[in-house]
Amino acid sequence: MVAVMKNHVAEHNGREAAPAPVVKADARKLNFYYGEFHALKDLNMPVHEKQVTALIGPSGCGKSTFLRCFNRMHDLYPGNRYQGEIVLHPDNVNVLDPSVDPIEVRMRISMVFQKPNPFPKSIYENVAYGLRVRGETKTRVLNEKVQEALRSAALWDEAKDRLDKPAFNLSGGQQQRLCIARALATNPEILLFDEPTSALDPIATGAIEELIHDLKHKVTILIVTHNMQQAARVSDYTAYMYLGELIEFGVTDEIFIKPKKKQTEDYITGRFG
Amino acid sequence: MAYAQTIEQIRERIAEHKRWDLVFAIVGVLSLIIGVLTFVALFLNMALEGVPRLSLDFFSNFPSRRPGQAGILSAWVGSMLVMLVTAVVAVPLGVGAGIYLEEYAPKNIVTDIIEINITNLAGVPSIVYGLLALGLFVYQFGFGQSILSAGLTLALLILPVVIVATRESIRSIPIGIREGAYALGATKWQVSKDHIIPYSMAGILTGVIIGMSRAIGETAPIITIGALTFIAFLPPAPFSAEPPYVSFEWLTSPFTVMPIQMFNWTSRPEAAFQVNAAAAGFVLVLMTLAMNGLAIYIRYRLRKNLKW
Amino acid sequence: MSAVASSVPSLLPGGANSKRLERRLTRHIKERVIESVLFLAALVSVLTTVGIMYVLIKESVVFFQHVSIVDFLTDTQWTPLFDDAHFGIMVLLSGTLTSSLVALAIAIPLGTIIAIYLSEFAPFVVREVAKPFLELLGGIPTIVYGYFALLFVSPILQTLIPGLPGFSLLAAGIVMGIMIIPYVSSIAEDAMRAVPMHLREGSYAMGATRFQTAIKVVVPAAFSGIASAYILGISRAVGETMILAVAAGMQPNLTFNPLEPAATITAYIVQVALGDLPHGSIGYQTIFAAGLTLMLLTLVFNILGHMLRKKFREAY
Repeated sequence: MVAVMKNHVAEHNGREAAPAPVVKADARKLNFYYGEFHALKDLNMPVHEKQVTALIGPSGCGKSTFLRCFNRMHDLYPGNRYQGEIVLHPDNVNVLDPSVDPIEVRMRISMVFQKPNPFPKSIYENVAYGLRVRGETKTRVLNEKVQEALRSAALWDEAKDRLDKPAFNLSGGQQQRLCIARALATNPEILLFDEPTSALDPIATGAIEELIHDLKHKVTILIVTHNMQQAARVSDYTAYMYLGELIEFGVTDEIFIKPKKKQTEDYITGRFG
Repeated sequence: MAYAQTIEQIRERIAEHKRWDLVFAIVGVLSLIIGVLTFVALFLNMALEGVPRLSLDFFSNFPSRRPGQAGILSAWVGSMLVMLVTAVVAVPLGVGAGIYLEEYAPKNIVTDIIEINITNLAGVPSIVYGLLALGLFVYQFGFGQSILSAGLTLALLILPVVIVATRESIRSIPIGIREGAYALGATKWQVSKDHIIPYSMAGILTGVIIGMSRAIGETAPIITIGALTFIAFLPPAPFSAEPPYVSFEWLTSPFTVMPIQMFNWTSRPEAAFQVNAAAAGFVLVLMTLAMNGLAIYIRYRLRKNLKW
Repeated sequence: MSAVASSVPSLLPGGANSKRLERRLTRHIKERVIESVLFLAALVSVLTTVGIMYVLIKESVVFFQHVSIVDFLTDTQWTPLFDDAHFGIMVLLSGTLTSSLVALAIAIPLGTIIAIYLSEFAPFVVREVAKPFLELLGGIPTIVYGYFALLFVSPILQTLIPGLPGFSLLAAGIVMGIMIIPYVSSIAEDAMRAVPMHLREGSYAMGATRFQTAIKVVVPAAFSGIASAYILGISRAVGETMILAVAAGMQPNLTFNPLEPAATITAYIVQVALGDLPHGSIGYQTIFAAGLTLMLLTLVFNILGHMLRKKFREAY
């Protein structure tokens, strides 16, 4: 029916060329509860295709919680409850619908975590994991995809001679790029980043930011960051959240230069949090 | 970018993989059921065979050549006395060692040796403890085939259990409690005695009970030191009406214990004795179940009430 | 100690001061005494090991003055109490290994499956009920399992396998295997639960199912702990005594056929201890030589396990 991977929109290159971007996913009246705790309140927000959208806000504002709704990570723990929708385009699936299999959602929407979490396997097997999970067994396909993903994650040159070595031998920054390669190998439609550089040093952080900037030509990106400069550097759109609510959403330049809300301005100028 | 899977293909894969989830869940439940069924079969087997044989006489009679008159008096009294020696030896030694290793021990090679040694002792077969006791306690120290030898043997056997439980329990006490006490000028021993031991009491108790329940069912090391299987008398009473009132003669007395009595009856060919074995086994199982149940309950309460 | 020594030279003459110092000194001494007592308690475990090795080696040395090590290792008969005495430990070893293999063929797969199920699949309630239950199963005295093997399992097996004798390594091994399941499952499960959640999340985020996550991520990450569980299971099987003494017969028999009765090292020790062998006789010494063999066997497995753990230790 619908080929998921098929590109159906013209290329968008860079901020300036995105006057009316295509919406890849959007949250509609999204509420989320950890047991009794109302963690997300009536969120409405689009995610634009092949753009980087950043979620910022003080800690505890719900930005990570929001991110983890997109691939239904909350389903792993009992007592969590969603309300509302996150609709994935072009096939208009509400990924939060109980009849939608979370595994299917996670195959379409990949994630990179706060702390690099490579599996206790070789570099090669880490990248190949998602393909193996999908039942891919052909060595030729695996080799090709692993190489492609490692190149995309700017890790190929460093890793090509030790693909069979344990992933733990890599440095922190390399491990995180490995996790990005792992997430990329299956050609996801959206890539979620949950504070991907918070455990890394400034040089490794710079490499990851550069990578995110390059990757947006291939994949839609949603990134949570506690670092406003990072949001300003890498994103096209920015959402400011506070206490589980979406305060302001807009083009990054506008949010940072002339925010519409006082609250956003206070946070961005450092008068808050 | 050739890795294209349609949603249909993805769904097909997921369905296929989820079948494995289901298969494994079923296999897992079945494996658990095998354990449960074995337990039920064992318990019912003992109960159906043995319970009709249980009577007051069974507890107050000595063993006999006539199965209908045989009882477990000397066995349960022997078990109780051996357990008494075991507890008196193992609890202070185990708790003391646990406190030393957690609160006092410096990071050095001696400590490492002690730690590795405790881990390894936990894996030594129980019958080897029996050989140790036979060579050392029975002959070298001259304690003979006595309650004292048996109690000491079982004490050494359960020592690792008590030590490990003590250490785990102590380790769960937050460092802030210690610092608070030290800040008030307490010495190390005062901190241990007033804070560490009381707060880790429930955990230590759990370990002691589990250790004792293991000791009460141990057969092999006691057979090895030469406990008799046919004892038609009781050890001398520890208390008497005349001075000096208290006597320790019972420590050196020959004895038998519950599991040995059961072993003896099990290995007889006559079915009537095997009924006695089932009855003794039922009592033994109830005793160990009660002890383990108590330990599990204490641990459960402890986890629920833990506030730090 | 050093604190006491360094405070002594600065001792000033004078009433109140010296009294305080005296109090401090007694307190120091008391602390040192208590520490020494606690240290001695900890040392008892080391002394136990030393004692075990001392007794086993001492008696075995005397034994090997009568019996050559070559005979001990190669003779195919074990008849130490006959006039025509033979001391081939292989006979007892064959019973020990065969019964252990039967037990492990049950305990390792079932223990592993239960551990994975409880750690990765089971709902909270099932886990909370199953764990104490398994613990109870592991707490039942082995003599009771022996009775169960001889008088319940063996008759059932005899109807399934015609010609099976009343005593067999198979019946004893099966029951021993079930007895060992809780030891394997509880340690393996602890190891799996210690695998950090973020590794699982990484796998689930790739669209993996529970089974895929368990097999491809959790089990490899917990491998060193799982190996410990297996090694403990092996030690248990090799050292188990009463089930075999009751249900496998005490006849020395060089066989690797689980359908036959055979004595194990442990059962032999029990058999000798039940009789009345004079202290210092060759029969008395055989049980120490047998015990030393058993000890070395478990030592080999423990060292193997240690190496395995070292090789596969994961930093997560």
